Amino acid sequence: MKSRFALGSDMSTPLRIVIAKPGLDGHDRGAKVVARALRDAGHEVIYTGLRRTPEQIVRIVLDEDAGFLGLSSLSGAHAHLFPRTCELLVEAGLGNVVVFGGGIIPEPDHAQLYSSGIRAIFGPGTTSSEISGFLVQASSLQGESMAVGCGGDSDWHWMGE
Amino acid sequence: MIISPAETLAAALSGDRLSLSRSLTLYENGELSGEEISGLGESSSEFPVVGITGAPGVGKSCIIDHIVQSWSSVGHRVAVIAVDPTSPITGGALLGDRLRMTTADSADNVYFRSIATRRHGGSVPGIVRGMLSILKASGWNRCIVETVGAGQGEIRISAVAELIVLLEAPGRGDGVQAEKAGLIELADLIVVNKSDMDGAEKTADEIRQAFEVATIPTPPIILTSATTSDGILEMLASIESLEFNPHTARARAREGLRAMWEQKLLDHEEFDTLLDEVVAGNISIEAAIVKIR
Repeated sequence: MKSRFALGSDMSTPLRIVIAKPGLDGHDRGAKVVARALRDAGHEVIYTGLRRTPEQIVRIVLDEDAGFLGLSSLSGAHAHLFPRTCELLVEAGLGNVVVFGGGIIPEPDHAQLYSSGIRAIFGPGTTSSEISGFLVQASSLQGESMAVGCGGDSDWHWMGE
Repeated sequence: MIISPAETLAAALSGDRLSLSRSLTLYENGELSGEEISGLGESSSEFPVVGITGAPGVGKSCIIDHIVQSWSSVGHRVAVIAVDPTSPITGGALLGDRLRMTTADSADNVYFRSIATRRHGGSVPGIVRGMLSILKASGWNRCIVETVGAGQGEIRISAVAELIVLLEAPGRGDGVQAEKAGLIELADLIVVNKSDMDGAEKTADEIRQAFEVATIPTPPIILTSATTSDGILEMLASIESLEFNPHTARARAREGLRAMWEQKLLDHEEFDTLLDEVVAGNISIEAAIVKIR
């Protein structure tokens, strides 16, 4: 049966992407801009609102059947919250979900986040086309069954265009 | 290991939450057909599906949060399908209904799904009917549908919900608005929210007066404030006691048929090709419709 969804000439279904704000962090301008940019790129974006726990974020990804999760943090707690979220996703059977991060994430922390399953980190100044580029590449890698979900064994991460 | 859509659905029906989420997606994307889910969720003892509709910003999400809290606290298994609009230009959507409903993020007996209208017209896509069948058959005994912010003529909710709760709020025009035909006539309950703001009583009075001269019975009209919780208990009690309104049966059935017909049109294998032809100016809309038949 053909896809029920096709507005443009391509017959693809839109990606379902959760944009989440974990932890005690009230800075949501970046998350909202990213959510809006992804909407304009033709995706279905579910925005969680502020101050969600990793447990709540996993529940949202599960109920919404999202293939992608974007975590935004400007509070400095990313080193705990991002890996914890990935861990809980894997426990919930959602290791195939592709997770990316953004906000204020110092460079020395990147390696640890990548090894915990985060596939891209976008800081200030990132263009919306770069995030789209990441989504396209991650989607095609998923299609080739290279496991780039947060629980996948691939060590791939986004290196820019 | 490849799991077929039918196997995923079977796992959903036996209570697996992840499979339920997948099944709803499969149905929404057309990978589970109407035949495969036919007959699901039709046992008659269930509580009717409650549709919450009304203009943008009247407080639909906040009112639903109160309903979900109440129902889930007494042990019901509550499912919510919340609809937001798809961009007719890019096809994208920002689904932001759940951010006001934090109960939905933690309780095990609450399932919350955000969906986009995709290509469908109206305030709720007809495919929600099938999604509700899957939810009901998976043991979610209280189901709520939140529409896109809906105007006077957007009655598509009557195709998917059995009880319609229309939300109003003060400051949305004079009494003539309440006299106009449309969605308001199909409401089983009218909730004037934001009763903590000036003008709420007046709005409720105007709605009451509009019904006084009507030939259909006046539905309950209740003032609430989702912020202060005033009137919420009264609204919840009213929802429990609502009964099917025979006056709206024909309008509801008509809308159900229209929704299914639109689905058939959008699912038609020539639809996209013909759309391209119309956009290119090769054929007229009239000619395209003839070809689809």
